[in-house]
Order: sequence, then C-alpha cells, then structure tokens
Amino acid sequence: MTTTDTVTRAEYCAIACAEIFSGAGEIMASPMATLPLIGARLARLTTEPDLLITDGEALILADTPAIGAKGAIEGWMPFRKVFDVVASGRRHVVMGANQIDRHGNQNLSAFGPLQKPTRQMFGVRGAPGNTINHATSYWVGKHSPRVFVERVDVVSGVGYDKVDPDNPAFRFLHIARVVTNLGVFDFGGPGHTFRALTLHPGVAPETVAENTSFEVAGLDEAGVTREPTAEELRLIREVIDPKGLRDREVAL
Amino acid sequence: MRDKRMSLDDVVGELRSGMTIGLGGWGSRRKPMAFVRAILRSDLKDLTVVTYGGPDLGLLCSAGKVKKAYYGFVSLDSAPFYDPWFAKARTGGEIVAREMDEGMVKCGLEAAAARLPFLPIRAGLGSAVVDFWEGELKTVTSPYPGPAGTETLIAMPALNLDAAFVHLNIGDKHGNAGYQGVDPYFDDLYCMAAERRYLSVEKIVETEQLVKEIPLQQLLLNRMVVDGVVEAPNGAHFTLAGDSYGRDEKFQRHYVESAKDPESWKAFVDRFLSGSEDDYQAEVRKFAQEQA
Repeated sequence: MTTTDTVTRAEYCAIACAEIFSGAGEIMASPMATLPLIGARLARLTTEPDLLITDGEALILADTPAIGAKGAIEGWMPFRKVFDVVASGRRHVVMGANQIDRHGNQNLSAFGPLQKPTRQMFGVRGAPGNTINHATSYWVGKHSPRVFVERVDVVSGVGYDKVDPDNPAFRFLHIARVVTNLGVFDFGGPGHTFRALTLHPGVAPETVAENTSFEVAGLDEAGVTREPTAEELRLIREVIDPKGLRDREVAL
Repeated sequence: MRDKRMSLDDVVGELRSGMTIGLGGWGSRRKPMAFVRAILRSDLKDLTVVTYGGPDLGLLCSAGKVKKAYYGFVSLDSAPFYDPWFAKARTGGEIVAREMDEGMVKCGLEAAAARLPFLPIRAGLGSAVVDFWEGELKTVTSPYPGPAGTETLIAMPALNLDAAFVHLNIGDKHGNAGYQGVDPYFDDLYCMAAERRYLSVEKIVETEQLVKEIPLQQLLLNRMVVDGVVEAPNGAHFTLAGDSYGRDEKFQRHYVESAKDPESWKAFVDRFLSGSEDDYQAEVRKFAQEQA
C-alpha cells in the first residue's frame, strides 16, 4: 500500500508538472526536462489521454512508456513539422530557464551584452516562437535569486510587459505556470506579475522570498501543493520513472 | 546527364573568402563535417555562416574563419551541450551574432528558396532577437485587418546563400539524393536558398539503386539543386547520421575537452585536423580503439 506520508519533493513536483496540462485537450505536450516529461506522461495516463507526446526526436508515441524507453508510435514529427505545430498554436511547451523575471521574460541564451556575452548558453532556440504562439510553462529545479531576477540579460522567452496591446500579433501569448522545487506559480499577480499558487509541503513563504529577487504576489495566501493520489504515486514510481531519475533534477 | 562528382578540395577551390555559406544538419546531427574540415584546411576567412549550429560552427570558430553568424541555436545535443569554440568566439566578441528563433531560420531559407525578399512570421516579436539584429530586422503590417485588428509581424528577410553544404546518406553522381533515418532536417531548403550547392554522401550509387533503396518521400534532393557531389563515407563524423551511424559521443567529448587550453587544442589539431580527410578518418578509428 502506497502511503502519502512518504511523498518526496520530486513527487510533488511531478504532479505539479502534470497539472500544467490540465484541460489541454488534443495538443502536443513538449516537456524539455525530466520532471516536466514525467508530468506530461502522468497527465496522459490520468486525466489528459488525448495529449500528443514524442520521443524527443521525430516520432509521435502511441504508448506512454517509461522515461528513456521505446514504445509503439502513431506518427511522424521531424523538426520542420514541429515549427508548423508551433505556428498552429496546438502545443504547450515546458522549457527550462537560466533566468526568469517578474513579468515572465525568460533567458536561456547567454549572460551579459548581446554581442559580447560573459557566458554563452544555447542562444534563443525556439523560445521566441514558442512564447508568442502557444501556451508556455517553465520548470526550475533549483529556485534561487540567480534564476528569479529583476531583469533578464537576454529576452528569449517573451514576458507580459513586452506585449503591444495595439498589435493583435501578440494575442496568443500565455505563460501558464512556473513549477519549481519550492512551489507552483503563475503570472496572475497585479499587472501579470509572478504569483504564488501553492508551496510544496515543508516550504515556508520566507524561503521563497529569500530565493526570489523580486516580491512574489500572493505569497502569504498561497496554499499547500495537494497530495498525489495513490494511483499517481504508483504511476510515477512504477510506470514512468522506476529508476528515480526525478530526484536528480530537484534541489532540496 | 552531368557527372558532378568532385573531391572535397575541388569544392573548397570554388569558394572565396567573405562568402555567406549555409551548413545543413541540426546541432550535432548529420552535419557536413567533411566539408567543414576541408574549409579548415583552406585559407578561406571572413565567412558569414547560416546554420542550426553545432560543432560545425564551433570548428570554424576555432580557426577564426567566421565573421558573422546567423543561427537559431548552437548545441552539441549531449553534455556539456554548449559548444566551447562558439562560446569563446562570442565571449571574445569575435563574431557578429544574428541570433534568431529556430523557426525564423526555416522561414528565411523558405523566402530565399522562393526568391522572395521576406516572409512574415510571428516568432521574434517582443524578444531580444530584434536587438541582436541591430536594425537589420524589420516588421511588416498586414494589408488585411482582422477581427482583432491589424497585425504587425516580423518581416523575416530571405537568407540568400552563396553556397550550401549538406551531408546525406545516399545519392547518385548527378545530385539526386536521400536521407535514411527519422528526419530530413532542412537540407533541401539550404540547397534551394543557395547559388552553389555541395552535397556529400555516405555512398554514391547508380540512380536505379538509389530509387530502389529508399522510399520516394526520402528522395530529398533532385539534380536541379545540386552542383557538386562528394563521396565521403563517415563524412558527418562526429555527428550522427540517421540510419548510417550514431553520434561518436566519446570523440565529441574529446573535442570539448581539447578546447579547454591551447596545448590540448594544438594536440587535437595536430592529430586530427592537419592532414587529409583520409588521415582524419584513420586517426578517428585509432582513437576509437584506444577508447574501447
């Protein structure tokens, strides 16, 4: 019998990542790290059976296999077709972030000046196209003031303060959630600012405040992340992530 | 029909410093690495490179050959992910970066392929991409107002190329060629966007065998979009090449480690990059045996 009193921090993160996709329907779920990947597969095995998921390369999976395992396929999704899906809007991506600010601007490109950075990462990748076209969420395995900054160095993912209200080309921007090792957040604070929804059990509001460079809306009112169901725990532990890869990605 | 077979060095002989070149593949996947190594052996410089970047761009940066780069990302696709030579060129301010959204690269190649000056795209709006382009990137306003108002979009300029380099799995001597594996990437678009188009393949076969060996849908290139064909077995090494071979992860890590200081890089260059493509492939085989 699985008991919930042994639920780990990574397991709370897994169900929080699954809830990112609540109500998503028949769209492509594109998680870019282990925890969001567990979350997307957990959602597909519970409340969101119509989600499309891929092997991370070019195959659409018919099955919902464990992380790293192969499964039966149902279709083809090479990179060029991914850009068609992005433009169609029928996608919800969960990206990582080197920096996120209070309006949801995100950086995974580089630190420092654009033409002479102090540290080079990936470049903007698909972040500008993702954020302007379809639902986007973020996963941060170690919530710290170095990630949650006043101002990002390079705007890869577009935040709410970049929206031109007179230009309907911005109308699809939607940053749904930020899930971290400390809690669940969105941009529902005043003027689309970073807001706490729930903190994971054992996380104090002070810990979140100390690890965020700006004021977090709703921090004192935030509830506690719900308990996973016994079925969710079984799926996480036995079906999706039997090797426990989730624990490597979540700082305590 | 013309026989377009050439040597790697014949191809490089047709290039000039200052050209804008497109490199096919994606990250550390089916990159035209034999062509990149041939460029490293030449005295070409001041290149403008258009790419979904990987170690191709890294190696060109290691030799100071890149003046300007248009890219959606630069990634080695496995740890440590960030290419060390591209990082050095960027932090040293040695190259002009025209960083853009990944979808904008496809869009710019499509514009060039269709001989259009631009194509509208949503990606890029509101992001630092506009700042990276320092005035080179404009917007365009729709002449058709919609129910939500009139949209202003990024006017992605055509990414016109002087030359394109791609590596495929199988082709004939006339330039018909196909990929074997799960993804064509964007190699046809690079060829359609370029003045001069150079293809390397794992093996050159008769046309009859080519069309028998792979499904019609995998025949990515036809004769109209190819000027030169080079037979280069293992020519995408150390990147992966569909059904032909996977990535040489050990060698890619060795490339990254070697970039850490001038001495280890000199050793890497002396061993792998100072001779012919055949010399490179022989040393790579020895390296694999040493690491086994």
